[in-house]
Amino acid sequence: MAESDPHRPALVERLAPLVVVALLAAVPPVAQMLGDPFLIKVATRVVVFAIAAVALNLILGFAGLVSLLQAGLFGVGGYAVAIAAHHVFEAEPIGFSALAWEGSTDLALTLPLAAAVAGLVALVTGMVSLRTSGPYFLMITLAFDQMLYYGAVALQKYGGDDGLQILTPLSFAGWDMSNRWRFFYFALTMLAVVLLVATRLVASRFGIVLRASAENERRVAVSGIPPYAHRLAAFTVSGAVAGLAGGLLAAGQQFVSPADMHWVRSGDFVVMAVLGGLSTVWGPVVGAAAFVVLELLLSSWTQHWQLAFGLIIVAVVLTLRGGLSDLVHLAGRSRGAR
Amino acid sequence: MLILEQTLNGVQLGVMLFLIASGLTLVFGIMNFINLAHGSLYMAGAFTAAWVQGVSGSFLLAIPAAVVVTAALGAVLEIGLFRRFYARNHLDQVLVTFGIVLVANEVTRIVFGPVPLRMPLPPALAGSIEIVPGLPYPTFRLVVLIVGLAVAALLWAIVMKTRIGMWVRAGSSNRPIASAMGVDVDLVFAALFAVGAALAGLAGLMAGPILAVQVGMGEPILILALVVTVIGGIGSIKGAFVAALMVGLVDTFGRVLLPPALGSMAIFLLMALILAFRPKGLFPVHG
Repeated sequence: MAESDPHRPALVERLAPLVVVALLAAVPPVAQMLGDPFLIKVATRVVVFAIAAVALNLILGFAGLVSLLQAGLFGVGGYAVAIAAHHVFEAEPIGFSALAWEGSTDLALTLPLAAAVAGLVALVTGMVSLRTSGPYFLMITLAFDQMLYYGAVALQKYGGDDGLQILTPLSFAGWDMSNRWRFFYFALTMLAVVLLVATRLVASRFGIVLRASAENERRVAVSGIPPYAHRLAAFTVSGAVAGLAGGLLAAGQQFVSPADMHWVRSGDFVVMAVLGGLSTVWGPVVGAAAFVVLELLLSSWTQHWQLAFGLIIVAVVLTLRGGLSDLVHLAGRSRGAR
Repeated sequence: MLILEQTLNGVQLGVMLFLIASGLTLVFGIMNFINLAHGSLYMAGAFTAAWVQGVSGSFLLAIPAAVVVTAALGAVLEIGLFRRFYARNHLDQVLVTFGIVLVANEVTRIVFGPVPLRMPLPPALAGSIEIVPGLPYPTFRLVVLIVGLAVAALLWAIVMKTRIGMWVRAGSSNRPIASAMGVDVDLVFAALFAVGAALAGLAGLMAGPILAVQVGMGEPILILALVVTVIGGIGSIKGAFVAALMVGLVDTFGRVLLPPALGSMAIFLLMALILAFRPKGLFPVHG
């Protein structure tokens, strides 16, 4: 697998994302046949997490940066959608007199808003954290994630610790989005678009610079290309897409909570990306599916499912001895720098 | 008065953070290993102490118990698992220690249940002392402060002045050469990890009577310790000490002086500010 040329992916590689999306698209009819509408809910969760994991993989798998901020950005997007809807429900505008905005329940407006706000937060935090590298980057993104988490907990006006419920039905440009089927296909369309854009991005000159910077930062810099600017752009895009996913989760479950911003959730996203494979754009979709299904199976079996989950993670990392390194192109980077 | 009291509180939080961050920064600086499970060792220390005290009724007995149990846990984790990950990339290290965090939290929940444990203080420590006229200060917090400072001094003396400390520094700066010179690097690393774990356990024990002993208590403190490590410069004991005091003071005063949302973010803003000018922390160890 390591020999495959990333510039010209094999046919299997190119068909894989189509197959993955098609399989997900088949879930609602199958759920209907089985008379188990719960499956649609599960599949929606898979799709939403997949979007965030694919976004994370842009910087994790391709730029070689282990970020633990993804859950925070995901939550920022969720809060953007939920707060906009909350103000409509309370009939209380945001801001003052001339700058007042009555809020919105239209996802055509609030989802781009979610992406924009999360992207902005990613840009600002990225400007600081990307000045560092390796372990420093990892620890700083973790700290920023907890900062956002505590920030959300401190939002007493919007539910604080308990989270914020969306009490008004949401729409997308006039379409009612409380229909489970419709919402699922809407989210799936978003995933397909994200996969398409991410595939293009990775194959572009921009993507090549990102991957090259992960392999040998100094050489890229000497070639006259600033790795920092490219990484910051990738980090911002990844954050914006995570915000979009968070907005979708909030809209889908009509609820947002600081719990989804905790650094453990960021760890979950990293696990999803790793489980699915870091070397492909679509791999994290498989990882997200595996994660959600595993979570569901284990939690129906025991309330202490996190124990089993933790052991599985340890076992996976132990058995993939060195295998991961080849995929991630991370090996030796930090050691070489010392 | 208020300023003096809050300063003491800040320094006390600072020395607690130093106890945790010193293990984290040594393990990282010397073994190049990111240990997210360090907070779990702190939790283990608190639970061991609370349990021993609950069973025996003796706070004095809880102290060695917490230290010995966490040191042993640290040694077991290092020899059994983490040792294999020193040469692996940071992503693998994050994943394996993340897995351990989940396991540790869940095992603790199974054994002790979801209800927080209480650690009552012995009468000798439960009162308060008038440090300056008109300002009573809790005796226990004062003890924590003094113990923390003493441990910091001891640690510095061991690393900088003794042969053992020399082995540790040698293993850190050039492992193969140190090994060739006859230093048993594996043993030194295992011992170092155990000592770091014991320090985290000691911090957990001292946090027990002040905070609630509950599942997940290790995570907020892990984050603070990471902030301290990063600000101080990864691998630097001196940096960890200075940064721990800074973070302790900024966090304490931030919560008193700033509105709640901003107060809880104060230390992260401090970190961002420092890293914007010093990307490798205040006291960078390597280059």
